[in-house]
Amino acid sequence: MPATADSTLPTQAPPGGAFVCAARRGWLLAALAVAALVLVPVVVTFSAFLDIEGEVLVHLAEFVLPDLLVNTFWLVLGVGLGVSVLGVSLAWITAMCEFPGRRLFDWALLLPLALPAYVTAFVAIGLLDFTGPLQTWLRENWNLTGLPEIRSRGGVILVMSLALYPYVYLIAKNAFATQGAIALEAAQSLGLSRWQGFFRVALPMARPWIAAGLMLALMETLADFGTMAVFNYDTFTTAIYKAWYSLFSLPAAAQLASILILLVLVAVVFEQRSRAQMRYGTIGRSAATRRIRLTPPLAALALLYAGTVLAVAFVIPVTQLALWTREVIATDLDARYWEFAWHSLLLAGMGAAGVVAVALLLAYAGRQRPGPAMIWTQRVATLGYAFPGAVLAVGLFIPVAALDNWLIGIGENWFGFDGTEILKGTLLVMLLAYLVRFLAVGFGPVDSGLHRITRSIDEGARSLGTGTGELLARVHLPMLRASLFTAATLAFVDIMKEMPITLMTRPFGWDTLAVRVFEMTSEGEWTRAALPSLAIVVAGIIPIILLTRRGTHTHG
Amino acid sequence: MSFAHFITAVALAAAALPALAQEVVVYSARNEQLIKPLFDAYTRETGTPIRFITDKEGPLMARLKAEGKNTPADMLLTVDAGNLWQAAEEGLLRPVRSTLLETAIPAHLRDPDNEWFGLSVRARTLVYNPNRVKPGELTTYEDLAQPKWKNRLCLRTSKKVYNQSLVAMMIHAYGEDKTEDITRGWVANLATAPFPDDTKAMEAVAAGQCDVTLVNTYYFGRLMEKNPNLPLAIFWPNQNVSGATAGVHVNISGAGVTRHAHNPAGAQKLIEWLASAKAQNMFADVNMEYPVNPRVAPDKQVAAWGTFKQNLVNVKEAGRLQVKAVRLMDRAGYR
Repeated sequence: MPATADSTLPTQAPPGGAFVCAARRGWLLAALAVAALVLVPVVVTFSAFLDIEGEVLVHLAEFVLPDLLVNTFWLVLGVGLGVSVLGVSLAWITAMCEFPGRRLFDWALLLPLALPAYVTAFVAIGLLDFTGPLQTWLRENWNLTGLPEIRSRGGVILVMSLALYPYVYLIAKNAFATQGAIALEAAQSLGLSRWQGFFRVALPMARPWIAAGLMLALMETLADFGTMAVFNYDTFTTAIYKAWYSLFSLPAAAQLASILILLVLVAVVFEQRSRAQMRYGTIGRSAATRRIRLTPPLAALALLYAGTVLAVAFVIPVTQLALWTREVIATDLDARYWEFAWHSLLLAGMGAAGVVAVALLLAYAGRQRPGPAMIWTQRVATLGYAFPGAVLAVGLFIPVAALDNWLIGIGENWFGFDGTEILKGTLLVMLLAYLVRFLAVGFGPVDSGLHRITRSIDEGARSLGTGTGELLARVHLPMLRASLFTAATLAFVDIMKEMPITLMTRPFGWDTLAVRVFEMTSEGEWTRAALPSLAIVVAGIIPIILLTRRGTHTHG
Repeated sequence: MSFAHFITAVALAAAALPALAQEVVVYSARNEQLIKPLFDAYTRETGTPIRFITDKEGPLMARLKAEGKNTPADMLLTVDAGNLWQAAEEGLLRPVRSTLLETAIPAHLRDPDNEWFGLSVRARTLVYNPNRVKPGELTTYEDLAQPKWKNRLCLRTSKKVYNQSLVAMMIHAYGEDKTEDITRGWVANLATAPFPDDTKAMEAVAAGQCDVTLVNTYYFGRLMEKNPNLPLAIFWPNQNVSGATAGVHVNISGAGVTRHAHNPAGAQKLIEWLASAKAQNMFADVNMEYPVNPRVAPDKQVAAWGTFKQNLVNVKEAGRLQVKAVRLMDRAGYR
């Protein structure tokens, strides 16, 4: 056997082959270390299968699962379609076309990212339900009833699509901005019209990017609890919480979560296949000079379309938040808000920095040592985003508490330690939890950005005697700046909004704006929740504006 | 240091301990804005500092369990009896012997094994639209399952523990079969899909989408305070009924001392203080709830809704039967 195994090795190893091999193994080990961190809550969650509570599972299977499978199916299909159509079309018109207001929409269309989806949901129901102003007005003035019910499957899909399309928009826009013009040129040289060029060349070329954005949006949809609770729409995640909070069965909840994670893993494999087809153009050609000038009617249409989406997904909900905030600001806003905001910004900043650094490590490892083992490692490492937040929180907390108990035992025996917290009471646990949760959000942009730097650039640099470290610092990082910034922004905004992990792992006194939202919404005080929600939006807008300014600098 | 010195130092330290108030650590599912004013007042009065952290009951209990004997928490505070019962069931609380608590809190609002104690009463009652419901039409919770309420009923989702507790108490009184019939009757009478919160359900009643709903009184208080002109009124059901279903369904917000508390005496003192006459109004009034201590009168605004007979079955039944109630509601199609 060893002989045959040896014979499959490349016979002409390059000079220094052993060193290269060791270095490559090093990259895989680094990536494996990251994946191992994510595997901790995965293993804790899957270990629930050691404790089968048959009765609970039989009940769920009989009365809960059938409905929620159907619900989840339609939700994924609807939101998938919704975010794709909105995200791609808006990305195309802002990246490739010229119309009045384009520069504004270019960044403003990202703003819904800063708005938690459940807030949009609550505002949408408040405005459009039977008791809302629209239906009331129609009823009282026109005796008109029978409008479509907002608290319905269609309503959930609409709200989730409006809240999550920016993931697709942001990533697809980058794809169009870098290859759209080339695609169109190619199409025109083949005698295709612009629209044919879009559908037959540019869109297929951008498909892997769209898929990457879509995956983020769908993982978030599957793990969402807040929006589903507002709509009382039953999905896998709501059933998980039902098993835990109502049926008092954390094991059953974890078992359901395991199934959800497996489903996501299957989806990830499919996405992986489409990613394998990614063809990356080089950066450098400015798309700005080649924008399609829309005719006035088309420009008006584009303006109307982008304006409507922005209004419905952001301006109207934020206006409602502002109105509610005005009602409560006098009583609720106190000096502590500075502290909440500071905690939010600090945690989101540190968390995002960690996410970006590890995402870069993981993506770079993939570039240095490609192969199936690496791809699977990367996929596992980014699974945290598919977890329902509270399940991930408890999956991380249990091992941390166990480790703490062990450390405290040592401390008591050897050093007379008399406390209850060593690791638990630190920000480290929180930041690790954020890393596990949001690595996918950082990895997507960094990885596709890195892929866009062609090998020939590396080879050119190496032929000039540049080492790996220097290559990264002087060639890759400057070219990756926009991708890193995108990753940091997405992670930053997501951490600002995050609730269950923050609640469970925060040290005493580390309340954030998201914790304030929880305090108010958990007792149904939605108007009072408007103040911290609005503060999250404002704090989240800052990096989005920075992101786009950064974007225009690199492109322009 | 001589041995005598050492002994003196230890004795002095031991003597100084009670005076040097040790802090109390609280895990709370009751909102920060509802508990912080009380904790601040307690610290001002006794000098005992309080550290607390808020979260949902599920994660708080998972946390207590994972931390085991190294939990920093001395006390668990929740907003319903079901979760307190569950915490006791999982061995997360310890019994407390306190005549103060036993005299201040009616027997049905605390654990018979003394592991947890109600601190405020949350009454779940009927709210109706006086323009659409004739006086005398309303009688009991069970009556809402009758066909005459077809398309006239609004309900909050069955995922909320308040509805689970109500159904659990009905299981205690009637058994599962009859309770399931009643629940099915409610579902059949729904005018629209269940709402995510009590306030939305009341707004639907006010707008005429339905005529009557089931809510905790403080939601009614909050909504009317904001919008006094809404056509909504409170009805106290099951007042002329006898037996296990007599009286308005009540739940508690309450607390217990954790099994591995490092300062159990401090936690007990805090609970006793919260149940005392001077703190009861602060605890209940801030959220328009009812004091658990019968010698303390509710807030004026709350008292204006009238007096009512409470259901006197021990609220621990709500916890004991919660899982059955949830499954029953699933079977009955109550979402």
